[in-house]
Amino acid sequence: MKSFVFAFKQAIPVFFPYLFIGIAFGVLMNEAGYSAGWSFLSGVFIYAGSMQIVMVSLLTTGASLGTIALMTFFVNARHIFYGIAFIDQFRKMGRKYPYMVFTLTDEVYSILCSIDYPDDVDIRKTDFYITLILHLVWILSCLAGALFGQLIPYDLAGIEFSATAFFITVCMNQWQSMDSHLPAITGLISALAFYFILGPSQFILPALAVSVLVLIVMKSRWPDDQQKNRGMEVEAGLTEQAEENSYEY
Amino acid sequence: MSINWINTLEALLVVALVTILTRSLPFLFLGGRKELPDTVSYLGTVLPAAIMIILVVFCLRNIGLSAYPFGLPELLSVAVVIIVHRTRKNVFLSISAGTGLYMVLTRTLFITAS
Repeated sequence: MKSFVFAFKQAIPVFFPYLFIGIAFGVLMNEAGYSAGWSFLSGVFIYAGSMQIVMVSLLTTGASLGTIALMTFFVNARHIFYGIAFIDQFRKMGRKYPYMVFTLTDEVYSILCSIDYPDDVDIRKTDFYITLILHLVWILSCLAGALFGQLIPYDLAGIEFSATAFFITVCMNQWQSMDSHLPAITGLISALAFYFILGPSQFILPALAVSVLVLIVMKSRWPDDQQKNRGMEVEAGLTEQAEENSYEY
Repeated sequence: MSINWINTLEALLVVALVTILTRSLPFLFLGGRKELPDTVSYLGTVLPAAIMIILVVFCLRNIGLSAYPFGLPELLSVAVVIIVHRTRKNVFLSISAGTGLYMVLTRTLFITAS
């Protein structure tokens, strides 16, 4: 129960972007002539906000399955980089392992990689609850948009900024908790460089790939003080939980 | 417009499967190993900080810097999130302040036809 309450608190900041994007998707599907069932199915089985919105236009223009597959791959390719930090963590979760992998969205990723667990919560349970709560919120948002989207009396435009704001707070928390700021600076420079060279729709994959390469090169150059820190913590005999939690530096 | 439900189902399945594929790739390649290679656990530690900041740029990618309002609503709101989070360290408050300001700015000072 303690783990659930803690998980719920961690998930709350993401409720707003999920509600907004989910509802926007449901409304679009509804306007395109698809019944609420389709929005529900998309929320359950796709669970990728920007891709679902792209999908509506692919559906209405009658794109071929090959085009749809290619589009999906490029829109979601950034997710390839997310799992790297969670391989050890997730594969210890037994039956929940595949579910954790399938639901690793931008938002779930950002919560899980910046979370600071108190001693009295179960890390695996917490991770699973956060994932499950947010998946349910997402499904309900898609459904709500499809069913009642037209009835919302307020103009919610702009509330999508809450996703950006949330990611900024995650960046700042990470900045504080890490000894070295080189990874963050690497990410920022490569993102901006590729943004100005390649433009808004092309920059993210090269930025991610180059960051990975630069960080790998830095590993040999720069005595891995972070790994040393982790090793020392483990030696100091921290709890089993802290050991399993590979992102506690 | 009439909906062909078989076509729709196929399209949905393709999107779902490819999305799952992108999320599974690192696990497919590395999840089976007993001991993760050094470089991978190192990346697991340092990569999130790089990825998160790239994700912020990704969220802001569509702001128009070269035409009115020159991305000002976004940039001002980002600044407010940073300041509030620095001083109050409360995620919920930082998000509400930034988003609230953004919604106000785009409705009052910087109305764009969209």
